Parts: sequence; C-alpha cells; structure tokens
Amino acid sequence: MARKIRVVIAKPGLDGHDRGAKIIARALRDAGMEVIYTGLHQTPEQIVETAIQEDADAVGISILSGAHMTLVPRILDGLRENGADDVIVVVGGTIPADDADELRKRGVAGIFTPGAPTSEIVDFLKGAVPVA
Amino acid sequence: MATTEDPSAEQTATDEWRAGLYEATPEREGEAFSTISGVQNEPLYTPHNVEVDYERDLGYPGVHPFTRGVYPSMYRGRLWTMRQFAGFGTAAETNARFRYLLEHGQTGLSTAFDMPTLMGYDSDNPRSLGEVGREGVAVDSLDDMETLFAGIPLGEVSTSMTINSPAAMLLAFYACVGEQQGVPLDRLRGTVQTDILKEYIAQKEWIFPPEPSMRLVVDMIEWCAQEMPLMHPVSISGYHIREAGSTAAQELAFTLADGFAYVDACVERGLDVDDFAPRLSFFFNAHLDFFEEIAKYRAARRIWARELRDRYGAKNPRSWLMRFHAQTAGVSLTAQQPEVNLIRTALEALAAVLGGTQSLHTNSFDEALALPTENAVRLALRTQQVIAHETGVVNTIDPLGGSYYVEHLTNELERQAYDYFDRIERLGGVVEAIKENFFQREIAEASFRYQAEVEAKQRIVVGVNRYQIEAEPELEILKIDPALEERQIARVQALRARRDSAAVESALARLQADATEGRNLMPPILDAAGAYVTMGEMCDALREVWGVWRETPVF
Repeated sequence: MARKIRVVIAKPGLDGHDRGAKIIARALRDAGMEVIYTGLHQTPEQIVETAIQEDADAVGISILSGAHMTLVPRILDGLRENGADDVIVVVGGTIPADDADELRKRGVAGIFTPGAPTSEIVDFLKGAVPVA
Repeated sequence: MATTEDPSAEQTATDEWRAGLYEATPEREGEAFSTISGVQNEPLYTPHNVEVDYERDLGYPGVHPFTRGVYPSMYRGRLWTMRQFAGFGTAAETNARFRYLLEHGQTGLSTAFDMPTLMGYDSDNPRSLGEVGREGVAVDSLDDMETLFAGIPLGEVSTSMTINSPAAMLLAFYACVGEQQGVPLDRLRGTVQTDILKEYIAQKEWIFPPEPSMRLVVDMIEWCAQEMPLMHPVSISGYHIREAGSTAAQELAFTLADGFAYVDACVERGLDVDDFAPRLSFFFNAHLDFFEEIAKYRAARRIWARELRDRYGAKNPRSWLMRFHAQTAGVSLTAQQPEVNLIRTALEALAAVLGGTQSLHTNSFDEALALPTENAVRLALRTQQVIAHETGVVNTIDPLGGSYYVEHLTNELERQAYDYFDRIERLGGVVEAIKENFFQREIAEASFRYQAEVEAKQRIVVGVNRYQIEAEPELEILKIDPALEERQIARVQALRARRDSAAVESALARLQADATEGRNLMPPILDAAGAYVTMGEMCDALREVWGVWRETPVF
C-alpha cells in the first residue's frame, strides 16, 4: 500500500482568515492524507521549521492578507537553505494573476484562488507527490 | 395567524393542500430547499403552521420587544447611516478616501486598520513586514491619527473604528485629536468595535488572554459611560463569525451570548446595567439568504430586549434596544465574473434594510480580488442610495412583519439561539467555551458542510459552479504601493527620535503599574497617547504584564 502523503497547512502573516485553511486541511485529511495545521500568525521561519520537522511532502500556504509577495518567497528560500527544496509548495488565497506568475517562477507548484474546489487541490497534490 | 390554543386543530387544511395538490407535481431535483444555513423550508407557511402572539412577540416599532424596529418612525424619521468602511496605505491616503466619501453623500466614517495595527504591532515590528497598509490603514501613534482626521471636524461626524485588542489605545488617539480640534470628549460620537470575544471565536486578531482582555473592555465601557457618553464603546459583532463560516443561527446565538458576557462582566465590576447598556451596539452580517437574514435581525432585537429587561432587570427602555450596523457578506463575493457581486450586494443590502438596520456598509464588487477602487466604492454607496430613494421600501416599517414565512423563520432562529445559550451555559460560559474550542469547532463544521454542498452542486454559486465563462476579462484593481511600508516605518521611527523619551518611559511605567494593580487603564492610556507613545509600545508593556494568547487550532 502506498504511504500517506504528509501535508503541512500553514497560515503565515497576521490575518486571521482561517476558514479556507481549515476546509482544505479537512478535505485533505478526508482524502487520506496526513495533515498538520500550523494554526495562525506563523512566521516564514516557523513554517519552514514545521515542514522540516514533520518531514512534509508538501506545504499548503493559505494567505489572504495581501502579503504573499513578501512572505511566500521567504518560505521558499527557507526550505531551499535547509535542503528541503523537494517539498512541494502550493499557495491558496487572493492572489492577483501577475503575482501568481511571479510566484510560479520562484518555485510555487500550484496556486489556487477563491472558488477552487477542494477536489482540484486533492488531485493536484496526489499528482505532484510521488508515493511509491 | 394562529394563537397558542389551536396549533394543530386546523393543521389539516394545510396538510390536505400539501398532500392533495402540492405533491401532485414533483419537486425539482438537485438543489436543496433549505436556507443557506441549512434550515429546512416547508413549501408553504399558513396561519396553521406559524404561532405568533402579536402583542407579546411583535408589538410596535419603538415598543418592547422591538421585533418590528427599535424606533417608532424608523426610516420615515431618518434613513440609516450610510457608512462605508475604508482604510488602506498610510493615514494620508485614507484621509483622502474619507473626504471623497463625505463629498459623495456618505453620512458617517468607518475606519479599517491594517493587520499589524489589529495585532498590536507597530509598522516597524519585524512581524509587520509586508502587511503595513495592506488591508487597512497603518496607525502607530497619535501622530498618524492626527493625519487620518485632518480637516474632518470630529464634532460633526460619527466615526466607527474597527479595532479590538488595541481598541483602548485607538480610542485614546481619537480623543486626543478631538481635544486638539477643541471638541470636548462628551461631544465625540462614534463606535469602537472592542469586541474581543468574537476575536477568539472567529476573527482571530488577538493579543492577550481572554481574562485581561475582558478587563480592558470593561475599563473602556466604564470610562466611556462617565467621560464619552456619545461613544459606543463596544460593537458586539456577528459579522466575522458569519464570515468564518457560521450559520445564521450561530451568528445570532454567539453574538448575543458575547453580548450577555459583556453585560455580566460589567455588572460584576459593580456597574448599573442602565448606565452602560444603552451604549452597547451590534454589528451583523447581511448574507444572501434573504428572508433568513431579515428573520435574524428581528429575532436578535426580540431576544436582546427580553433578556435585558427580564434577566438583567434593566429599567431604562434604551437599555433594551438592540441597535445594529450591518455589512454585506464579503464571503459571498466571487472572484469569477466580479460584476455579478453588485447584484449580490444589492440584495443583501435590501435584506438589511428590511430587517431594520441603523447603519450599513455595502461591499464593493471588486473586493474578492483586492481592496476596492474609488469607482467600485462609489457604486457600492449608490446601491444604498437606490434602495433608500428609488425602491419605496422605506415607506412602511417592517413591511415583512406578519409574513407567515418570516415569522416562522424568526421563531425558528430564536429557538436555535436559545439552544445554543443552553449549551454555552453548560460549558461554563463564553470564555470557557472559547478555551474548549466550542465555537471554533461549530463554525468549522458549518463551513465545511456548506463547502461540501457547493461542491455537490446542492448549492449553486453563479459563475463558480454553474454559468461559468471561459475567459474572464481582466479587471482594474487597486494596487497598494509597496514603497508605503518603508515610508510608514520611517515615519514611526522619526517620531520615536523626536518625542520626549522621559515622558514616554514614565507613561509606560504608569500603564504597567495600573495594569498590575487593577486600576482602570483608560487614564494611563490617554496620558501615554498624548505623550506620543505608540500603540505597539503600549501593547508590549501590557504583554509583559498579561502574557499573550495562543489558540490550539482545530479543523
């Protein structure tokens, strides 16, 4: 049997909009993944540390504060500096198209904006994480 | 309408209609026939399946239990206040937006603060990086507040401030600006949100643990009752609870439970309920399920009036009044085909008006994408003006009162609210229920259920899971200049360099001493504000005394 995909759902920044993060966390868990939810108000450093400690296959960053161009690159850099650049990073939130392009260039594997069904996110992670 | 004596006697007539005629035609399949909150609807409400005692349950506008409205003349006397929430960038930019709105006929101001301000961090705190001025205006000190209200006569406007954990500090800044303009404290009008309980429940912008936070709220209520009698020191808010995914009944129940918790805390302090209850105000969501929303507002007024009079023994009729602000549901806005949001917002606003709101914010159609442009805000304001002046709905008070369906829903929401009050009571009250994650779990459950219904297409969201278009045209959105963060950081650092640092030190020492020794904190906070102590410095001083709150997240 294939091992379970391990996903850290992370809320960087100061906003308290955790509705989406919780829905995604639960949908991924219901789809058979191991989900670790960091809770609110995490710094990029805390998120990198959690991803490494939990040996995550993927990190899902939920961000609705408009600070994504500041905070997401710091998470990507942090993972790389710690030799964890094989961790797949996906972002969910209110991300304008121009910013989404830029984030993809920097290494974000998937971006999901409001209205994306949870099934799409589940399928994306199942496709992106190799589970032998 | 049926009275209490004959609920079932005539039931058969409606049942006969249902079995004989209604059920002869099959119902549509797919979409649920329930409210957006999951309340099952009958196909028809008649005198046979709704119980109302007119005098006891409805009464007259301006008369207990105020189901039909808090004021005798409602919108025939005065329209609701059109109050658009605004704030972005630095104080100077938001000041310009305030003036724009006042020029276009807005009748009250409402301030959105940025995330660092909401969390009690100054703009130059490392935690603030990337968030300064993004989702609201950055206000670090009295210096920023002076700019925010420059040229706006505070004696003539009423100002709402959406600020909770550091509410006392922002109220103090506002009081100081009033003083500089020569407006005495007892002439300043407005509302400070200050509702910390809903922060733990839903909005999640907290600093301190619940107990010292509640003490600070009571300090503000006590101080305002004496010094700033025209200010509403708390706006007990269901808005964020609903946005976090609750049902209408949860919004109603949790908000009122929070309200009772504040009343309990003030009574415990030794305040007389009639000295502060008239200044408590409320803030509700205006969501898409039209009749359910109207019923929610009506039930809220009735419950509050009954509990304040009968449970708390308030004698002053003004203590029984639930006055509220409403805002259309941000969460109902879609990023897809955003112009459709204009229609959603108009319908939501109409529900708030038919539900008897005292003031209203209409969201702008582009807000699922970014903060609104000036054009989008003007359209949102115009929506309210059309409702007020063109539709005729303001001519008659509570025009849906007596609708079998609306009365049924009002009763049903009230019943569900009392069920929740019992559950919260059994957990030991609101603060204990927060610590046990009761509210957070209930809301997460409701929001997950709704999402599942949307994905199963039992709920249709136009443009999202039906009627999509392939190529979405690009919309011009408001961009926040990334350079403003640097400017704001420089501004607060320049302030620190030029102010009297001995006065700052002594103000902070007094604040900590009064916090430790249990004195009302408004006087030392006002002194600190006047000495240009920053909001973040005051919060840090209190963090040292009280510690900080951490939530154990559940999903």
